[in-house]
Amino acid sequence: MAVPSTVPPPSRAAHDPLLRVRGLRVAAGTGDEAVELVRGVDLDVGRGELVALLGESGSGKSVTARAVLGLGAPGMRTSADEMSLAGLDLTALTERQLRPLRGRRMALVVQDALSALNPVLSVGDQVGELVRVHTGASRRAARARAVELLAMVGIPGAAQRVRDYPHQFSGGMRQRILIAMAVALEPELLVADEPTTALDVTVQAQVLELLDGLRRDLGMGVLLITHDLGVVSEVADRVAVMYAGRVVEAGSADDVLVRPAHPYTRALLASVPQAATTAGALATIPGSPPVPAQTPPGCAFSPRCTWALPACSAEVPAPRRHDGAAGPRTSACIRSQEVLDEHR
Amino acid sequence: MSTAETGTTGTGTTGTGTPASRGDVGGEVVLDARGLARRYPAGRSGLRRRTVSAVDGVDLRLRAGEVLGVVGESGCGKSTLARMLVGLERPDAGTLSYRGTDVTRMGRAEHGVMRRGVQMVFQDPYASLDPRMTVEQVVTEPLAAARTGSRATRRQRAGELLELVGLSAGMLGRYPHQFSGGQRQRIGIARGLALEPSVLVCDEPVSALDVSVQAQVVNLLGRLRDELGLAVVFIAHDLSVVRHVADRVAVMYLGRLAEVGDAEPVFERPAHPYTRALLSASPSVDRTQRGRLGRREVLRGEPPSPADPPSGCRFRTRCPLAVEECSTDVPLLRRARGDADERLAACHRAEVLLGG
Repeated sequence: MAVPSTVPPPSRAAHDPLLRVRGLRVAAGTGDEAVELVRGVDLDVGRGELVALLGESGSGKSVTARAVLGLGAPGMRTSADEMSLAGLDLTALTERQLRPLRGRRMALVVQDALSALNPVLSVGDQVGELVRVHTGASRRAARARAVELLAMVGIPGAAQRVRDYPHQFSGGMRQRILIAMAVALEPELLVADEPTTALDVTVQAQVLELLDGLRRDLGMGVLLITHDLGVVSEVADRVAVMYAGRVVEAGSADDVLVRPAHPYTRALLASVPQAATTAGALATIPGSPPVPAQTPPGCAFSPRCTWALPACSAEVPAPRRHDGAAGPRTSACIRSQEVLDEHR
Repeated sequence: MSTAETGTTGTGTTGTGTPASRGDVGGEVVLDARGLARRYPAGRSGLRRRTVSAVDGVDLRLRAGEVLGVVGESGCGKSTLARMLVGLERPDAGTLSYRGTDVTRMGRAEHGVMRRGVQMVFQDPYASLDPRMTVEQVVTEPLAAARTGSRATRRQRAGELLELVGLSAGMLGRYPHQFSGGQRQRIGIARGLALEPSVLVCDEPVSALDVSVQAQVVNLLGRLRDELGLAVVFIAHDLSVVRHVADRVAVMYLGRLAEVGDAEPVFERPAHPYTRALLSASPSVDRTQRGRLGRREVLRGEPPSPADPPSGCRFRTRCPLAVEECSTDVPLLRRARGDADERLAACHRAEVLLGG
């Protein structure tokens, strides 16, 4: 829930948000060359909750996801007013202290399963290694656990297939192996970065169903990074929409997708073809998303926005709170009330 | 397999020949593919050479002023088909006619006709434009290659083409890196239009673009169809985009057409179990449709290898409706009994599907 810290979060995440992020900033480069990729992001993920972080390329969604896990590329500087996992202050931890948390309490699933897997180790060895390193289990026990995990993510004949190498699996199967590794130690938080983008729709449906089942059965919080509105609509409980390094709108998916309060979300939803609108031209958004080094001043969306006023380019709009049908929601737009009113 | 293909060809052409679809699009047939097949060598197994059958007996007719969507999952042969349609790849069997001329064997003369008449737009606008060429050079390259006009007239034509795709003629001196992804794809389309082709084959033209930019390119293709009477082959894996732009749709599975016909019946009342499964698995942006994926048609098992496709119907190993006949007889593209819609399905059990 990307509500500003002054707003008390309402849902079950309220008393016990699993992941709580306030004022996250990530910059690349130094001095005059520094480019801000993430410009003050607030985010909450509750236990058993699936939060979608929706954005286009360059919006900073993947950088945000990696920063949560304490993973940044060399030369990137991360700072946050607050970043905690189940009450544990992540900002105070060193890399040495963070390391054992990854995998055990929070885990990452990446998009490109083939390059994330080691081509010269059998999948059983890779999944088993993780179990051995973190739990000190014997080789035999780790192998047994690997079989169990591969069966859980729906790999047929898991007991035989643990001996196979990554290239012997299809794209969808490899993605499941990554998910099996990510959930091997039953982490509280799973961060999935475009886990289905490279997959065919029938396989995507299986992987989404798997993620949905795992968070229900294991009570995991899931932060799903995606650019696909269809995927968000299908699986998300809540959604945070990112544009040019900021969360521009956040709230229950029922509110945000049905009655968007930010012109960007609204325009994005109007530009994708839906069954109801087969004829005629699609609504378009002029221009293209800014590259991080050339982010427009004020509201970064204002040059493309049909609602823009002169004031929009003067100052970065603060998130405004509104009452959605499914709880409080925020929109970082000075005209958000008008945008909402137009739906009536 | 070759006898089956001949059969497919016969049925396919009679059915698809009827003009129909959105409005009255019954224009001239510009591309006519019959029984197109393409195999790739895939090493040896013992003494036998193994082949992968990428496309196997595809019939398609494309009319002026229509958008034909081609959908299917990775490995179904849609890109190979696209490459054969523009003459980048020679079919192993079957014929391809462009405006009534058989261009399959492609002597020098036919090759030239084909090159001018059928152009391609590629998926990745970052990789398909030479970074060292100015936009003018990119767009006029086809004209120069075809030895059309003088430098000055080519330059003027390039300016017109840029205006046509919604860019300005003042941008001719710029380099591709100065443009965004959506603008680059427009440049790719302008290059494709340089020789005034009748057909534009677009292989995943919007997949590499940001969501907020896709609509611009989709609308542009629709406008070109309307204004120039262009025939467009639109290959994509995003079903909702295809649903939006296509007059007719071809659904491919493992190198063969599963279903082909007017977009509306194919999407609303599929007559092939694979089409139905594909549609039910694609998530909808409409939040009220949430839970669709949970109710989807779940396909058994994994897609079979194209090096060793199943006998009979290639979809039968995953099909919920498969019966004995499906493993012995290759289903031909046909109109299902009692089906009033303008479309054909290659399924023995199409009547069962439509009835239930």
